[in-house]
Amino acid sequence: MTEQAQEFDPARLIRMMSKNGHNKLIGTQYHGHGEGWCELALPYSEDLVTDTASGILASGPIFTLMDMATSLSIWLKTGVFQPQATLDLRIDYLRPARPGQMVVGHGECYHVTRSIAFIRGHAHDGDPTKPIAHVAGTYFFTAS
Amino acid sequence: MTNLLSPYARTMGFEAERDSEGRLVIAMPYGDGVRGRPGFVHGGALAGLLETVAYVTLSEALGAEDKPVLKPVNMTATYMRGALEVTTYARATIERLGKRIANIEAVAWQDDPAKPVAIAQINVMLDRSGR
Repeated sequence: MTEQAQEFDPARLIRMMSKNGHNKLIGTQYHGHGEGWCELALPYSEDLVTDTASGILASGPIFTLMDMATSLSIWLKTGVFQPQATLDLRIDYLRPARPGQMVVGHGECYHVTRSIAFIRGHAHDGDPTKPIAHVAGTYFFTAS
Repeated sequence: MTNLLSPYARTMGFEAERDSEGRLVIAMPYGDGVRGRPGFVHGGALAGLLETVAYVTLSEALGAEDKPVLKPVNMTATYMRGALEVTTYARATIERLGKRIANIEAVAWQDDPAKPVAIAQINVMLDRSGR
């Protein structure tokens, strides 16, 4: 890990962000990070399901989880905390998350230019070799 | 119309309404639960709103007789403006409703529908296999 990445502590940031706002509502938690990547976790909640009978988690919270994980991965890639906004984010749903399972979202920033960060990621519900979703997208640096 | 909304949608505080032409509009009142970076609505909350209005619009179009299982295939959200600390509205247009696939476009706005804050392309599989 680079010195710059060590300066930016996503665990602390997520603890802070999870105290209020949308992240508090859905319950986002820190799971792990490294150079250019970040993992967040979404504990299962009956308040976030798409219908009560199936108990399947709605896709909205998974989208938020991936948006957060990929957005943090950019700061871990550049080592610089600069303001950014999502330009677009595509999510492919490979299969539903199993009811009751925590979902882990892995976000990775694989390229940055002066204005744009390119990200990809995936989510799984226990077995990282069996993803439930893949994402790809771009962010732009609002101050550049 | 509240029963059309999922537990997730109720957690988010979504409210189903009709516009003057009778089209479904879902409102997301501003509150702490949808807040992202200071002063703005979270992009994930906007995505959840766009997806919800797409699925409810599709369910209505299918009617009471036709009840396939709706399985999300994918969704691409594009963010066009920062969504501020006011109510956000969204509606969806079904571009094509096939036997197995529906292609939907959803749009979210705040004060002016002509100035969207975000749009989404959503593809849904209609599963009639009975599983």
